[in-house]
Amino acid sequence: MTAFAFDLPWPRPASGCAVPYAVFTAQEVFAVEQARIFRGPHWSFVGLAVEVPAPGDFKTTYVGAVPVILLRDRDGELVVLENRCAHRGALVCRELRGRQSRLACVYHQWTYDLHGRLLGVPFRGGIEGRGGMPADFDPAAHNLNRLRVACLHGLVFASFDHDVEPLEDYLGEMVVASIARLCARPLKLLGDQRQFMRGNWKLYAENTRDPYHASLLHLFHTTFGLYRSSQQGATLMDPRHRHTMLYTKAATSSATVDAEVYQDVRSYDTRFKLADPSLLAGRKEFDDGITLVILSVFPNLVLQQIANTLAVRQLCPRDAASFELVWTQFGYADDDAEMDAIRLKQANLIGPAGFVSMEDGEAVEIVQRAVAEAGDAHSYVAMGGGRAEDAAHLVTESAIIGFWEAWRAAMGVPES
Amino acid sequence: MDFLALSPLERQYEVEQLLARYVHCIDDDRLEAWPEFFTRRCDYRIVARENAERGLPLATIACDSRGMLEDRVVSLRNANIYGWHRYRHLVGSVLLLEVHAEEIVARSHYAVFRTRGEGVGETYSVGTYDDHIVFDEGQLRFRAKLVTYDTHRIDSLLATPL
Ligand code: FES
Ligand SMILES: [Fe+2]
Repeated sequence: MTAFAFDLPWPRPASGCAVPYAVFTAQEVFAVEQARIFRGPHWSFVGLAVEVPAPGDFKTTYVGAVPVILLRDRDGELVVLENRCAHRGALVCRELRGRQSRLACVYHQWTYDLHGRLLGVPFRGGIEGRGGMPADFDPAAHNLNRLRVACLHGLVFASFDHDVEPLEDYLGEMVVASIARLCARPLKLLGDQRQFMRGNWKLYAENTRDPYHASLLHLFHTTFGLYRSSQQGATLMDPRHRHTMLYTKAATSSATVDAEVYQDVRSYDTRFKLADPSLLAGRKEFDDGITLVILSVFPNLVLQQIANTLAVRQLCPRDAASFELVWTQFGYADDDAEMDAIRLKQANLIGPAGFVSMEDGEAVEIVQRAVAEAGDAHSYVAMGGGRAEDAAHLVTESAIIGFWEAWRAAMGVPES
Repeated sequence: MDFLALSPLERQYEVEQLLARYVHCIDDDRLEAWPEFFTRRCDYRIVARENAERGLPLATIACDSRGMLEDRVVSLRNANIYGWHRYRHLVGSVLLLEVHAEEIVARSHYAVFRTRGEGVGETYSVGTYDDHIVFDEGQLRFRAKLVTYDTHRIDSLLATPL
């Protein structure tokens, strides 16, 4: 890897970790990320296999900031193509979703098969001896760019780098097991939500690796006397610290511990009771007693279980200062009507209007606004001891430190 | 009230008045009064059109009781954290699709302009209201209100109801 394209001094405080705010604002950093992370040897999440159930079904999405098409070919195989015509660069698929037996660019009607192979070029032989492509024109050299694809329990990943390590090695044991736990049964699509955030995508990557903020920023549970930060939980990473799993198990906290923990914290307030607690009526689904999992997979996926809500969140970076977050909520194909109703009601908790998630939109934006012109200032990340280590609790920022180690390794940002 | 006993003009007037009171209530930030626009058992849903068109059931907000609406307001006032903003709803093209003795089904268009803390305004949400209106406990209320938004990329977050 060549040296980093510009100067990005990485401060080293005596303890903890410091992140220069330039990583959230500099367009140069964004450009290098596109090359080294999103077009580099990593797997990006592109969708659920159930989103394209039949041959010819497609949806358009992004890998990094690059538009791509996820589709199912005639044999049922999943294919991911860069959504850019080999002629003069137009979007080949202009719809969000659809079904097509081949792909046709509207600009000059170059057509491709579902593997992106160029099938036809109008007027290739000219009209009445005039025009036409040169004699040495080789259609096989003008296919759509095809990405490498892998699917794990219905989650589809793609990589621009055909030499990338196999998906399961990339994800590692912890992530593979966590995906299997939530997705090994056939999935049922419930719907999408799209949230546009005016902040750098890595602010959200930090946010979902940050259990410290959970009970301090998201006050819904504490306000209604429903949340216990002293719940048993853990913060775990894969060996390369790319991916993080946060989880909690319910019902291991006591009222006395809560009173201590929340002393002088604005969030301890049980004056309020839900008028209609049916919102939280749920079913135990997993024998392990885990009620919350936030699995952050580098670079662009969050897989979550919050009570009975299940969702993938796909990060689509737009530019240095904005990204789109696509929430796709799902259940299981064999859910009964009551389970459907539970998931749809609990969906009030999550998404862009979610009782326990809307604040993340605000958090991302207030950081971006404040760091826009921060010069060489930096953050300070040390809760939990200041090292990228697993923790048997949630009072830690260790996974954020792990993320930045992984990000620097991927970007080639040297230790300074 | 027997809706069939009203003239078409009277029905149209009643429905448009209800819609006007509803959006003024939200836009004046009188959210505590907002649940009163609904019957005790109700169906209030905010749904992305991209889901509705695919027949997918996910709603961004879904409340099936006035209690859930009240909880949303208490949460917005006391728990949730979001930036200061103001809405202005414009509602128009109000069509009465069905008139029964005890219920009117109406569809209208809405647009919400949102102004944020720094005085920046934008078109925040555009879509349709599908309303089932009944006369209940002395006033017109929504038995069902389905808000289907075309603008499926929600800007930042959705706190105040539509
Ligand atoms: S740009 Fe696609 S056919 Fe010309
Ligand atoms: Fe959060």
